[in-house]
Amino acid sequence: MTTNMAAGTQAGVTGRRAEGAGTTLRMRAVSRSFGAVRALDNLSLEVAPGELVALLGPSGCGKTTALRIVAGFEYADSGTVTVDGKDISPVPAAKRDMGMVFQSYSLFPNMTAQDNVGFGLRMRKQSASSRSKRAAELLDMVGLSAQARQYPHQLSGGQQQRVALARALAIEPSVLLLDEPLSALDAKVRLQLREQIRSLQQRLGTTTLFVTHDQEEALSISDRVGVMKDGRLEQIATPAELYERPATTFVAEFVGTMNRIPGSYQGMDGVMVLGSVVPVHGGRPDDLAGEIDVLVRPEGLTIQATPGGNGIVTERTFLGSLTRITVLLSGDVSVKVDKTSAAATDLVPGASVQVGVVGGEPVGVTARH
Amino acid sequence: MATIASAEQADTEVPAKAGRPPGRRRRWAAWRWAVLLIAAVFFGIPLYSGLKFAGFKAFTQVIGYQQFGSAFALSLRLALIATVLTLVLMVPTSVYVHLRLPRTRRFMEAITILPIVIPPIVLIIGVLKAAPGFLIATPNLLGLEYVILSMPFAYRSLDAGLRSFDVRTLVEASNSLGAGWPTTLWRVVIPNLRTAIMSATVLTVALVLGEYTMASLDNFQTFPVWIVNFEQNSGPVSVAASLLALFVTWLLLMLIVTVGSRSARKHGGAQVTLFSVGIQQVSRTRGESE
Ligand SMILES: Nc1ncnc2c1ncn2[C@@H]1O[C@H](COP(=O)(O)OP(=O)(O)O)[C@@H](O)[C@H]1O
Ligand SMILES: [Mg+2]
Repeated sequence: MTTNMAAGTQAGVTGRRAEGAGTTLRMRAVSRSFGAVRALDNLSLEVAPGELVALLGPSGCGKTTALRIVAGFEYADSGTVTVDGKDISPVPAAKRDMGMVFQSYSLFPNMTAQDNVGFGLRMRKQSASSRSKRAAELLDMVGLSAQARQYPHQLSGGQQQRVALARALAIEPSVLLLDEPLSALDAKVRLQLREQIRSLQQRLGTTTLFVTHDQEEALSISDRVGVMKDGRLEQIATPAELYERPATTFVAEFVGTMNRIPGSYQGMDGVMVLGSVVPVHGGRPDDLAGEIDVLVRPEGLTIQATPGGNGIVTERTFLGSLTRITVLLSGDVSVKVDKTSAAATDLVPGASVQVGVVGGEPVGVTARH
Repeated sequence: MATIASAEQADTEVPAKAGRPPGRRRRWAAWRWAVLLIAAVFFGIPLYSGLKFAGFKAFTQVIGYQQFGSAFALSLRLALIATVLTLVLMVPTSVYVHLRLPRTRRFMEAITILPIVIPPIVLIIGVLKAAPGFLIATPNLLGLEYVILSMPFAYRSLDAGLRSFDVRTLVEASNSLGAGWPTTLWRVVIPNLRTAIMSATVLTVALVLGEYTMASLDNFQTFPVWIVNFEQNSGPVSVAASLLALFVTWLLLMLIVTVGSRSARKHGGAQVTLFSVGIQQVSRTRGESE
């Protein structure tokens, strides 16, 4: 697949849309309810020209609804969606010029891969010859030249989604919308295809909104990630910011792996947790006092095999250069700690260990569960 | 029709039975043959005695027989009117119900079954009372009645077809690529509904070619009415004619099944035959490795 993509680049199929001429997509205070369900609650979001923003959140948090409102398949109860400053609410989906890739397989079963890709151009009244030329370019770009004459049912799931991507890109959309395009695929294909989506998107400079419930996918592919919960946007930031400075407890726990350990609030000094006092993220929270929970990433904890330590190893997972150790602390608290695999050889299930926090690193705090 | 249905059931049951112990399997197969045999006898005996009664000569006489030509032409004309109107009305309606009013599906099913539940005699008397004068004297009225009669069959065929693929997603994909409603219906929905549309057509045609009550109460000599009228004159010829009609209908049904499974093989997806939808999960079961 990668080699094919390189071939595509050499063939010079790069963006007809000139660099920097991308589109700005903006959602302002968009709300939508279905009966009693508030699917979107005052959602505001801006995607800069050529940027890829992921909407990340658990199932049912309103991601698809947001995307469908942008695409024109659903309407907003209130709020506006603008493209390059123009309100698009009166524009029907067919005239919005947006490319969409769906979660379920959406190729037209009665058309070959090539005709699927050429469909949008046909709607734009392009001649058969320019259509098939452009379709061939795009199929080459996604590495599927050899499958041009095959019908969807003759393609694997991954191939179908690549054709769907080519089809969406063929119309040179102002905005590309992807609704969990990888969730029906198996792990290996998912990984390849997400890299391919990202590299195509960057090369073409297409403004893109990508919806997913998979945090690893969102963090690895996006310029910025918007984390959603119950129809609201909790935080939108770069992947690194989200990981290092989560704005809410929900974000902290949803993005990456997070430990929740009981601690006690010590005023200006910080919090007392696992025997040491450490500073708190973002200064002093007003509404917290006394017994609280401390949020620490697996790499923010230290671990040492010690007889009579404060925990027992219950599980170890080899992750390559790192090994993730699960430790049961007193009070029925289970934490995950990352340790370089070379230094983790004696941290086997049943071993007694001493777990602590890395000194000086600020931690997050939240109300006790 | 009976043989088609049972052959089909046999087909779809194969995978489900793969895991059964061999003893039970053999007993099951025996049962299936017994049922087939009983059905064959049940349908075969009247056919056989019909053939025997008519004799070979009667078949050659049918075409030239008095008024056969005009009766058959009238039936074909009615079949054409009924089919075209049924499709033009029912295709967009069933697509609309499927996409926009999915919750009214049960209601639609109940409504569309009414023409079967209400006896034709009641229907026709109502129609004759209510129809405007300029329609009553023409066979077009009968054509309209057949549209109503074929509605239950047409709706069920189309509904089965619509459930065999993800209409909503395909329609939205088509919209997002710039296609308006008419184009989407023509280029995306109808091509994937082809087998269902053919089923609806054949069922409508078969119904029109066999309907007696309404036509005779309406005083038109359609093909079935002709068969009954001439049974008194020449029994063998009218029996031969009805056997011919049966044969033609049967050919049409076989055609649908063949074309249906061929297009299913070509495009993947579901195989639609009359009311049944057998989902062939071709694309889902293929390996993901590339
Ligand atoms: N057409 C609809 N009718 C009724 N409820 C809906 C509809 N679409 C979405 N919902 C509800 O809105 C909420 C958000 O749905 P959705 O946007 O699909 O979430 P996500 O894509 O994040 O899983 C869910 O509770 C869902 O049940
Ligand atoms: Mg969704």
